Amino acid sequence: MFDYQFYWSMVWSKFPDLLDGAYLSIQITAISIVLGLLIAMPLAIWRHSGRGGPLGALAATWVELARNTPALFQIYMAYFGLGALGLHLSSYAALLIAITFNNAGYLTETLRGGMAAVAPQQTAAARSLGMTGFQSFIHVVFPQLFVIVFFPFVNQINWALLNTSLGMMIGLRELTGATQAAQAESFRTFEFFIVAAALYYLISKLISAGAHLAAWRLFKD
Amino acid sequence: MVINITPYSGLQWSDFWYVLDGAWRTVMLTIVSGAAGTLIGLVLGWARENSVILRYGLALYVDVTRSVPLIIQFILVNSVFSIFGLPLTPLEVGLLTLSLYMGVQTSELVRAGIRSVPEQLQKAARSLGMNYWQVQTHITAPLAIRTIFPSWIGTLIGLTKDTALVSVVGYIELLRAAQIVINRSNETLLILIGVGVFYFIICYPVSLYGRRLERRLAHD
Amino acid sequence: MIEIKGVRKSFGDNEVIKGIDLTINKGEVFCLIGASGSGKSTLLQCINGLESIQGGQILVDGHDVHDKRTNINELRQKLGLVFQQYNAFPHLTAIDNVALAPRIVKKMRRSDALALARQHLEYVGLGDKMHLKPKSLSGGQQQRLAIARALAMQPTYMLFDEITSALDPELVGEVLDTIRKLKESGLTIIMVTHDIAFARESADRVAFFDRGKICEIGDARQVISQPREERTRQFLQRVLQ
Repeated sequence: MFDYQFYWSMVWSKFPDLLDGAYLSIQITAISIVLGLLIAMPLAIWRHSGRGGPLGALAATWVELARNTPALFQIYMAYFGLGALGLHLSSYAALLIAITFNNAGYLTETLRGGMAAVAPQQTAAARSLGMTGFQSFIHVVFPQLFVIVFFPFVNQINWALLNTSLGMMIGLRELTGATQAAQAESFRTFEFFIVAAALYYLISKLISAGAHLAAWRLFKD
Repeated sequence: MVINITPYSGLQWSDFWYVLDGAWRTVMLTIVSGAAGTLIGLVLGWARENSVILRYGLALYVDVTRSVPLIIQFILVNSVFSIFGLPLTPLEVGLLTLSLYMGVQTSELVRAGIRSVPEQLQKAARSLGMNYWQVQTHITAPLAIRTIFPSWIGTLIGLTKDTALVSVVGYIELLRAAQIVINRSNETLLILIGVGVFYFIICYPVSLYGRRLERRLAHD
Repeated sequence: MIEIKGVRKSFGDNEVIKGIDLTINKGEVFCLIGASGSGKSTLLQCINGLESIQGGQILVDGHDVHDKRTNINELRQKLGLVFQQYNAFPHLTAIDNVALAPRIVKKMRRSDALALARQHLEYVGLGDKMHLKPKSLSGGQQQRLAIARALAMQPTYMLFDEITSALDPELVGEVLDTIRKLKESGLTIIMVTHDIAFARESADRVAFFDRGKICEIGDARQVISQPREERTRQFLQRVLQ
């Protein structure tokens, strides 16, 4: 029954490839989160106050599409769909764009929830003191918003990291894709993917640890 | 003589049925692993809230399941069973992995729900002479479920989308079926958008319902 | 009769009850007064077994509350406890709140339990609010609901834990009226309260709790109007400002 031999040495010989893949995964996660956040900010504002008009509709559509279709579908749309329209992206670009799209959708909702949680009386008070809308946002709303959305935001980073693994399906050698390629010769599927799983776990723990450290330093009162 | 060879055979009716079959499989995967996962989650969540040993003992398992990509979980489950000489079919691997995944997610919701029931209410119930099980059944459970339900709906929607990954172990669900047809017929956008619409039609109304429930809960 | 003998209670390292001896007789109205944190509320929850004790004994009609062999659920049916925060079950209507325990603990038939519930809700003046959920009731109404719920189990002793403290002043009166009705019906009442005026008017005996011990105990009128102990005098002076 159990006559399987574990060949860990195979994994170690290919370990640099896995690390390269991990680096790629982290890179895509980081870039897509930053871009996603930048896009989500205006979208969230349009959804929060706008409520109607073309901008609000754009934001609503983006959010609902991102959240109600599989991430893999979004990746296929970027890779194959745009390809059919003549825009041929590399798997790297397609994955990045798709995950950015996905992040932006989820982060918009997160930000909107945070904005709703910061009492409107805060803005009213700020405006009564003579601040412009922009000033009241920067100095009054945003600081409070930041605290509320901080951990949901960190959650989104982890979510994005998990989604990068789908790059394998379009041939990208991020961590999962690299693992798949590395084990193709020796068929030591289990050993290779256990190591990959451990790497993902480690990265995710590092992200959480970093977040707690940042939180401790930023929210020291 | 001109030979017209087109590598793509164009869209046929059989393709439509093929994709529709894939859609049915997606739904089936969702329903079966959703039900199994919910059951697992209810038991696991309740057990972890009431037993210190389980709470810490299973903490690592829960943490790992939530930090490792689902694709890798599918691959690992597949290879583990092969190693033990009990190879599972792709469908079995898919259902098992998805059920466990759903179970872990649900168990965390259940724990939060149980914790949300104020201890004071349980004290009041015990003061009236109710025993432990009566309190759990008539007070804790109804109130916990009210909190859990909207979040559970969100998790179920996530599960529907996650079924798209089962193709990595060879089970052909909707998205993979669509990909196969696209490869043959080259009708990329039409099919892909159609598939997207399908997922959207399933997920969007359910998520609206969940949000409505959440608002009503906030009002209570 | 409830006998409290040499009871000690600690939360971790913090001893909140440092040796209490007390006997409460059938049919009397007994008030516990004292500063917050002096251990009064904890004592009530020790009497019905919600809190454990680290020393001494509590006997209700001869049954040791904290003996593992005692059927505590059965004993609790004799002791009705009403909390400061009402703790109405939010997912049930008023009538279901009251009927629940008779139904599942006393195994009454559903129709009998509902009739009993209706009767008790009318007794506390909530007859027209039977089908409302707690969130539609005011604080005073929820408190009266909690009283009806405890009464429906037909206890011999009623324990009230500062039941007017969480209420707006206007709503206190309706709750105290209900207590007066209960007193007239002959129920034994143990009440932890901040309301000195009520204690003076309606209680038979009063005990002044100070830092985990009984500082003074005696006839209600005497303890409140002419306290013997200095600390009692100080407390009453502060409170009656």
